[in-house]
Amino acid sequence: MSVLVLADHDRGALSPATARVVGAVSELGPVDVLVVADDPSAIAQSASTLSGVAKVLTAKGSSLADGLETLLSTLTVRYHYVVASAGSVGKDVMPRLAAKLDLMPVTDIIAIRGPNSFDRPIYAGNAIQTVTDNQLRHVLTIRASAFRPAASGNAAPIEALDNPVASAANLIATHRTESDTPDLATAQIVVGGGVALGSAENFQLIEKLAKKLGAAIGATRAAVDAGYAPNDWQVGQTGKIIAPDLYIAIGISGALQHLAGIQGAKKIVAINTDPEAPLVKLADVALIGDLFEIIPQLIAELDRLGLKR
Amino acid sequence: MKILVAIKRVVDHNVRIRVRPDGTGVETSGVRLSMNPFCKHAVEAAVQLSEAGHGDEVVVVSIGPKTANDVILTALAMGAHRGILIETDAALETLAIAKLLAKVVAEENPDIVLLGKQAVDDDSNHVGQMLAALTNRPQATFASEIKVVGQGVEVTREVDSGRETLSLPLPAIVTADLRLNTPRNAALPMVMKARSKPLAARPAAEFGVDLAPRLVVEKISPPPERVAGKTVDSVAELAAFIAADVSNMEAL
Repeated sequence: MSVLVLADHDRGALSPATARVVGAVSELGPVDVLVVADDPSAIAQSASTLSGVAKVLTAKGSSLADGLETLLSTLTVRYHYVVASAGSVGKDVMPRLAAKLDLMPVTDIIAIRGPNSFDRPIYAGNAIQTVTDNQLRHVLTIRASAFRPAASGNAAPIEALDNPVASAANLIATHRTESDTPDLATAQIVVGGGVALGSAENFQLIEKLAKKLGAAIGATRAAVDAGYAPNDWQVGQTGKIIAPDLYIAIGISGALQHLAGIQGAKKIVAINTDPEAPLVKLADVALIGDLFEIIPQLIAELDRLGLKR
Repeated sequence: MKILVAIKRVVDHNVRIRVRPDGTGVETSGVRLSMNPFCKHAVEAAVQLSEAGHGDEVVVVSIGPKTANDVILTALAMGAHRGILIETDAALETLAIAKLLAKVVAEENPDIVLLGKQAVDDDSNHVGQMLAALTNRPQATFASEIKVVGQGVEVTREVDSGRETLSLPLPAIVTADLRLNTPRNAALPMVMKARSKPLAARPAAEFGVDLAPRLVVEKISPPPERVAGKTVDSVAELAAFIAADVSNMEAL
């Protein structure tokens, strides 16, 4: 039972999500990883070190859905499973690929129960659906945050494909958020801020605490809509799904759609003025008070305790 | 230019859903149903394009029971011109939905098909992409901006690393994200007027599509409950908790 995993990458480097996807599916069979990029070599090199990887395939081109669909559909005949992370590329291409192959995909998988049995959340994570997929071939997306990463130390062979990857669409501009914080979707610690921050300037308090903890930064939809934080920091049903070891929610009341994105967090800390806020009720530890007083004190106190990351 | 918008009627996004104790699904009887929020953004985008002179006709289509008429009426009140209800009482998988919509696309031949990026009930995020494959059209998912430029469209998409802008030739498929626009609330005269707009109801069976499900849903369960936590009284206690948790973390 062989598996093809589509690698995620950003700025010429393999994304941390891919190690987790490989970790999740390696029990299903030997894994080949496909890297599609303008310059795939460094990404492929990283992918080849992942434990469970039999071979890395590379192709030159962009990650736009129609081009990837064409390439993947020619490769699919060799595999029982075609898998990607449930990130923006996987979500874009895998349903398209599935329809082209006349298959129903299983997406956003949070648990693999067996070779054809999977759990996926519905209703913003307020219910879990267990499905059996008896189709001959399986098209899957995996929530990377729900799985442990594959170990490294492997040296799988790398094979270049000469299939060109062409799309009818053209990428004409990218607008990135420049930030040196860890990848939000796979971070071990996340500090999140809500509208209570009041402005983009004040949101820097969140960034300061995150820096102290070596944490990624998250935001609620309301904070993003208000322009306090960029869209790629949004955590929730329609933003990123996170499952850090520790989530520190600051000035976030906890709308259902936000809670959907943080249910996988091992520990939740809440700082809020409202003791009745849903996130305060949900948190392992909560401190009631004014975030503008608490955060500077918290940073000083963590300094005093000698916390280093 | 003709724009087709596909919309879905779902459990209202403000309802706190309840999983049936027997594991057969989520309680939907006696629960408020309304248009999926992302579909509202898609309808609004279509109406705005039409108002800007880019859409001579906005057609909305929904698939579901007779009662799904009410979301079509909502879309007509928002400014769409004509509605189609593909009637079925079955809970269809996204692949079957996409196949039915592909038949509608073949009949209507729209220049742009707009859909919500996902429905907030099954959270699938499939149909736009599947429809693009079945109709062999380029796609731009998770749109936060749509501009008609020359013979094509420029769509800004929300992606993991920020945003990116694609230029697509028409015909194309676009799925709407939340920051695309602010959907209007239709004024009463528009609601009244919607009732006189054409709305065709057609049985799903008429389209000759295999609607049988491919997956077997074994059960629906509630998510694991979190254990209630505690409130601490000082920043020092909070800092001590965080420091202890961080030092216990497994190095990745």
